[in-house]
Amino acid sequence: MQKKNKENGIEFFVESEKDTELIARRLAKIVQKKDIVALSGDLGVGKTVFARAFINALPGALEEVLSPSFPILQIYERAKVEVYHFDFFRLEKPEDAFELGIEEAFGCAISLIEWPERLDFFLPKKSLEIEISFLGGVTERVIKMSGSKVWSKRIRNI
Amino acid sequence: MLVLGIETSCDETAVAVVNKNRKILSNVILTQIQEHKPYGGIVPELAARAHLKQLHFIIDEAMKKARINFTDITAIAATAGPGLIGGLLVGVTMAKAMASVHEKPFLAINHLAGHALIPRLTDRVKFPYLLLLTSGGHCQLLVVEGADSFNRIGTTKDDALGEVFDKVAKMLGLGIPGGPVVQKCAEAGNSSRFLLPRPMLGRTGCDFSFSGLKTAVRFLIEKFPANRLTSEDIADICASFQLAATEAVVDRTGHAIDICKKNYPRINRLVISGGVAANTKLRRCLKTLTAAKDFQFTAPPIDLCTDNAVMIAWAALEKLNKEQINNKNDDMSFKPRPRWPLSQKNQLI
Repeated sequence: MQKKNKENGIEFFVESEKDTELIARRLAKIVQKKDIVALSGDLGVGKTVFARAFINALPGALEEVLSPSFPILQIYERAKVEVYHFDFFRLEKPEDAFELGIEEAFGCAISLIEWPERLDFFLPKKSLEIEISFLGGVTERVIKMSGSKVWSKRIRNI
Repeated sequence: MLVLGIETSCDETAVAVVNKNRKILSNVILTQIQEHKPYGGIVPELAARAHLKQLHFIIDEAMKKARINFTDITAIAATAGPGLIGGLLVGVTMAKAMASVHEKPFLAINHLAGHALIPRLTDRVKFPYLLLLTSGGHCQLLVVEGADSFNRIGTTKDDALGEVFDKVAKMLGLGIPGGPVVQKCAEAGNSSRFLLPRPMLGRTGCDFSFSGLKTAVRFLIEKFPANRLTSEDIADICASFQLAATEAVVDRTGHAIDICKKNYPRINRLVISGGVAANTKLRRCLKTLTAAKDFQFTAPPIDLCTDNAVMIAWAALEKLNKEQINNKNDDMSFKPRPRWPLSQKNQLI
């Protein structure tokens, strides 16, 4: 795994699913209540792999984390904080997200959002943006993390 | 004994009235009503608001069709999980409200139990049996030992099968729902043109995994220059994908049958349920599998495999059959559970 520091974030070049999980677990160590993590990337790139490792790295019992594409939202009660795991793949109108409790999530939990682009301008600016993309090979990926200045500082040592 | 069942756990708003003699007095699903557009033609959407807007019309319709009023009803049941929290809240709250106004017992029903028990209504299947439950949100193998006794022996580790059909359809620009459209395209295709992975093939146990297959389809599509997929290519991709997915399911189900033979010698039947049970290729292959393994095969009618409220009312009747109705009052405090596994037991693996 290679890591490159960029102006407003970092870039990882990962070779396998294990690397993706490692990065997710490291991120889990530095997040706190009210953080919003926007996780984007194409179908099949490994967003749910990232989410599963992230959720299970937070203190608490081992959870079965499945793709939330169908139920759109799954809430995981971890020992210290709740995680709202959203998947807006099926969202038709950004405003429908309000019915699904995004405000509640933003205010009192950690929000982990797959397909955040479907939220359009309802996605808060203070989100940490993570983009996973394909890199030629079957298992190789680029994981880019970027966000506000505050986030840049927080993620520097991941 | 007559139960009114409500299903709002996902996209469908559905209400049904069923009696204990397996008679379906009414079965109303919003998507059916949609064809007649009596209520302005609102498509059921993700938001709870849509269920809220429609539910009381559908209840009226279901009671009218069944020619009953509230005095005829023994109990009111609603799906209380697993599913989308907003929809569950609407269905459960409505059922509780009606139950308290009309002084009837309220029953909180697990959506998966509905899918699991419906073959007992349609085909008079006896306990115990092996169930393959595969839909847009679930893919599980369960030993059904009784109306409230389930042992999950396998589940997907990532995506549900219906979800993968949807996503493959999306990648090919075929639209949703993906199941029927991929199946249709596959009919004209050559399933041996592309070799796709059969996830988990040959592994012990009977868990599923489909995200690797989804990614493989993506890589396959990307090999073609952008927008240069002919309808023949699309048909071949659909056929190759459907074959890979089916073979993976057949392999896992084969393992489950072997586990049953070893640990549950009384079981001699495989039942399929859930939306993906509508796939004819899957049905055919599972029929062949069961015949080879000397198992019976049961597939309820397709409209009762997909989400519906008949299965909720029926699961409630099974529950009432087992328990005293009077003991049901505490169910009023039941909160909807977006995640509600039928059984966490994985004792065989």
